[in-house]
Amino acid sequence: MEVINIKGTDDTPNVILDKDSGQFEISGRSLPEDVNQFYEQILDWIDEYAKDPNDRTEFNFKLEYFNTASSKIILDILLKFEEIVEDGKEVVIKWHYEEDEEDMLEAGEEYSDIVEIPFDYLPYVDED
Amino acid sequence: MEKEKHNFLEFAYQLYKTMKTNEISLVYEGEVTQEITKTFTALTEKNLSKSAESNTVQKKVFNVMVECLQNISKHADGLSEDDEDRRGIVMVSKGDDTYKIITGNIIKNERVEGLQETLELINSLDKKGLSDLFKQQIREASLSEKGGAGLGLIDIAKKTGSKLSYQFKELNEQVSFFILTSTIRRN
Repeated sequence: MEVINIKGTDDTPNVILDKDSGQFEISGRSLPEDVNQFYEQILDWIDEYAKDPNDRTEFNFKLEYFNTASSKIILDILLKFEEIVEDGKEVVIKWHYEEDEEDMLEAGEEYSDIVEIPFDYLPYVDED
Repeated sequence: MEKEKHNFLEFAYQLYKTMKTNEISLVYEGEVTQEITKTFTALTEKNLSKSAESNTVQKKVFNVMVECLQNISKHADGLSEDDEDRRGIVMVSKGDDTYKIITGNIIKNERVEGLQETLELINSLDKKGLSDLFKQQIREASLSEKGGAGLGLIDIAKKTGSKLSYQFKELNEQVSFFILTSTIRRN
């Protein structure tokens, strides 16, 4: 499968989707107003991946900021992985949050209430 | 002519004084686009990072600004039917205990009641209730393109932990001016 590797900007995240190396990551900032335009190719890629997924997928979310428009798309992504779980494959969501950032931790916990996928919560310390 | 010039000078000075006394760091009236949102949030982020404000408060101010501005750029109405600009006013002020983000925009009178109900519902809920409402709305938004109205407002209420303060001023038979004040505690 093709590899998606998008470099982040002020208002869009870094995205790496690589089936062969098993790297799945969305990180940085996701604040676009038109989320559909940015995420369309990502959702399409995941649909393709879902047809023949790896036995185990670790998906990393390491977001600094995301707007509510993005929060809806993140749920769309998680729902696609929930289907992969239903098909008998293993999926783990690695939800990274900056230490003490309760809001980001809670956002992860809310998603895990909605979708049937195991979540790992991983605090990190900001470098600067 | 001379008098007019003097009035503008006086206005500029009064504005400066008012801004200083009330610690208003940003005032804007005009079109609100994604570019404007990016500029203002970047500016505010830069100012905050120079201050001694905690990381958590900085992030909350940034997040709330994004939601307030994107609410205007997505939902504001024009003064008349053929006015399609999404305009609004934006103010950010820093007090001893709080940051306030104040936004104002035109809204059609027919939408006032619905928005008011959403705001009252949000203000009636505690932290847990807001989280439940958010989860319900985001699920509905995910299923239909139309759903999820008020996600931004719920998010603001959740992140600030404060009630949304708002006012509607009827301008004429068609439209009103909607003012929303979001308050972020500094400690």
